[in-house]
Amino acid sequence: MSAAFDEKIHATLADPKLQLAVYTATGRLIEKRRKAITPDACPDYQELRSHANDVKRHTIEHLDYYLEKFERNVKAHGGQVIYCRDAPEVADFVLSLAKERLARLIVKSKSMTTEEVDLNERLEHHDLESVETDLGEYIIQLAHERPYHIVAPVLHKTREQVADLFTERLGVPRETVIEKQTMIARAVLREKFLAADIGISGANFLVADSGAVVLVENEGNARLTTSAPKIHIAIAGIEKLIPRAQDLAVFLKLLGRSATGQPLTVYTSFLSGPRREDEIDGPEEFYVVLLDNGRTKVLADREKRQSLYCIRCGACLNHCPVYRKIGGHSYPWIYSGPIGAILTPQFLGVTHEPGLPFASSLCGACAEVCPVKIDIPKILLELRSEVKKSEEREGASRLERLAFRVWAWVMRHPRLYEMAGVAAAALGPSADGGGWVCKVPFNVGPLRAWLSQRDLPPSPPKSFRQMWRQR
Amino acid sequence: MSRDHVLHKVRTALSRSVGQSIEEAPPVRLSIPEMDIEQRIAAFCARIEALAGKTHRAASAEDARAYVAGVVAGRSAIASNATVLRDCGITALPGIETGITDADQLRALCATAACGISGADYALADTGTLVLLSSRQEARLISLLPPVYIAVVERQRLLTGLDELLSLLPHPAEQTSSMVLITGPSRTADIEQILVRGVHGPGEIHVVVI
Amino acid sequence: MSARVSLFVTCIVDQLFPRVGMAVVDVLEHLGFTVDFPERQTCCGQPAFNSGYREEARQVARHFLDVFKDADYIVVPSGSCTSMIAHHFADIFDKEPARLEQARALEPKVYEFSRFLLEVAKVEDVGARLEEVVTYHDSCHALRELQVKDGPRRLLGHVHGLELREMDAAEECCGFGGTFSVKFAEVSGGMARDKIASIVRTGASAVVSADSSCLMQIQGAISRAGLPLRTLHLAEVLASR
Repeated sequence: MSAAFDEKIHATLADPKLQLAVYTATGRLIEKRRKAITPDACPDYQELRSHANDVKRHTIEHLDYYLEKFERNVKAHGGQVIYCRDAPEVADFVLSLAKERLARLIVKSKSMTTEEVDLNERLEHHDLESVETDLGEYIIQLAHERPYHIVAPVLHKTREQVADLFTERLGVPRETVIEKQTMIARAVLREKFLAADIGISGANFLVADSGAVVLVENEGNARLTTSAPKIHIAIAGIEKLIPRAQDLAVFLKLLGRSATGQPLTVYTSFLSGPRREDEIDGPEEFYVVLLDNGRTKVLADREKRQSLYCIRCGACLNHCPVYRKIGGHSYPWIYSGPIGAILTPQFLGVTHEPGLPFASSLCGACAEVCPVKIDIPKILLELRSEVKKSEEREGASRLERLAFRVWAWVMRHPRLYEMAGVAAAALGPSADGGGWVCKVPFNVGPLRAWLSQRDLPPSPPKSFRQMWRQR
Repeated sequence: MSRDHVLHKVRTALSRSVGQSIEEAPPVRLSIPEMDIEQRIAAFCARIEALAGKTHRAASAEDARAYVAGVVAGRSAIASNATVLRDCGITALPGIETGITDADQLRALCATAACGISGADYALADTGTLVLLSSRQEARLISLLPPVYIAVVERQRLLTGLDELLSLLPHPAEQTSSMVLITGPSRTADIEQILVRGVHGPGEIHVVVI
Repeated sequence: MSARVSLFVTCIVDQLFPRVGMAVVDVLEHLGFTVDFPERQTCCGQPAFNSGYREEARQVARHFLDVFKDADYIVVPSGSCTSMIAHHFADIFDKEPARLEQARALEPKVYEFSRFLLEVAKVEDVGARLEEVVTYHDSCHALRELQVKDGPRRLLGHVHGLELREMDAAEECCGFGGTFSVKFAEVSGGMARDKIASIVRTGASAVVSADSSCLMQIQGAISRAGLPLRTLHLAEVLASR
């Protein structure tokens, strides 16, 4: 792995407060989900997962069809669809529209996709203020940090840290009571909602048969973002499509429960187009930006395109023992946890962070909880193979490759295998007093790594096959 | 043009050609339980109360009116143009602004009103959810800006759940630009996972079932 | 019944924990099976596969297929090795139809030890006796890829004198994960320490699992922490009389 990855992991592990915060927060979310999917609470949970996987597979396999259908329906309801190949195109669109409309202030609701394209950064320096309105995202924005978790952006911050931030960036007197901190943000953001020229949202789902954007939230900021300003721009990856409004019955059930243990979040908005003629309020202009940014690359891989089924619930993060130790900021890209581990190499290339697919014990907890049944461990294994192939081409990891070649050769030759076993037993630590071993003479490489954390078993006097022969 | 470029890449990735037909989608999955109206009302109210909302089963239009008057308690309030509100005499209560059809006027009132009052197009029993379709009768901001929100739900609009709603309304986009499902008061637990109500949306909600 | 069962003892048991292998033989023979140990066996190829070296994994897997081609039943005292053979051979031989067919033919014959006892031997009480308070660690591959959860607990439930206490983190990964344990040693060590804290909370004197790799990780952490705990493979418990 890269030195940067190693350092970030080490720093997180060395911070007991942070460890506790991450562990506790994810623990709570685990428990909430568990309660929401018991046989009483959700009797057909496994069936729903299978169905969701089927629908997503169908949609992704016919994505062009559904994109065009979606587009037709958006237009039919008075909206516009803009396809963007990459991050700069998204920013260009927003900037040019803002310029045309003489917009000064943008309010944003939570959207990982907009983080993916660094939208706020790209809008800076253009005489445009873009304010995050989700409480967690607002705090993150003030802190100039990345979100720590898909669903809980400031999982890693204490109230003291928030107090410091508010005082420093907003100039308010120091306030550590969480409810009061929330009200401070509410007051600031209220003004922004009412003054904003443009509201930018993401989309939890894009509904092809309706030309609709579905937004799921608890605070109300997405509703305000998409109802108060005159212009609404929804920015979403092309993979967010589902075929029919009626499919929401399955997806909404799974999303809320998997993410936060809620059968439904407080607000679910189903938005199609600018306000209709007889409606009293709502935006006058409605745009949906459909983003590629590497998704078509993922789509091209038959085995790994299931990565695009993701509905961004965050359950895999919560259940991942590695995420729970290394936290969201150790990951190299905007998406963290198991889903991040499979998306990052596919979007940015396996060489971006070659250690990432290996940062997993392949325990499978992620696949077990994924509401759309993405086989994350299988994809990690494929990515590992791709990393090694790429390393071979570049002439990297020579020693490791050689070691495995020798290993395979030995394993194909039973007598060599036995001899190697006898040799290792002779050289290895012996069971004097039966104890496990904390020191070895050749404390290098994997042995050193192992011994840094735990003891080694002593070599038994006889191997199994020796004992078997002597029966 | 980016559109052609992206669609072309999608097709290439999937080995599909322009205009190629698709296989049938997996059938829609909607499961609607049997629940009589009393069960629905009971479940609906229980769910809302569990989310710290308040419910009131009105025996009559006057009862509903009295309850709403009690909640508003002389504070500024804005009511939507839902027929049920007029029929219950709620819109006639002193201090209540209603009949607003101008967007700017509505927004200004919503921004300062203490209470927002609306009807509901539907309600969902199993989740304690209100369903509001933006229309001539219902504006979006009334159920969103004022810190106290009161909804008056006619019992015949109470459905078993989301599945039944989508069964009745397979194409919401044909009716409205905005269908919103409201389940309880606005909330967040972003800071230290501590629950706070009333961030952005109303922190106090009352549902009157009539 | 004198059915013939071929034992794939796994390289880690063969070299580091031979008593586990002997315990498996003991239990199977006690139940009346004839145990066959194809001596040319070595490894299932998992270490290479998990490390991204599919070609090397294939070479070792081909050898496995050759060694076990005449087996009626293959019993494996490891969830992860069973999973490699029964699920992942198909992944690595996807471009070799002949080998793929061999792997597919082998699949229904390969059994993780506890599943063999319950599904083929059809026993829950193997006549074992062990006076001890133990807790059980669900090894990840066994749990999630082979649905081994209740099985070992039922088997342990019939061991005379044994008290089984559930730990709160039974299903959490111990942190071994093959080369993960050395590539991400710090994280792996942290996971092991969380696991042993959960074990300690039960008050048990031993932790039982169906996978020796997990037990090696857990025992290594126990030993480093100087705790008075021991680890036992399920087979060792069931062979106790």
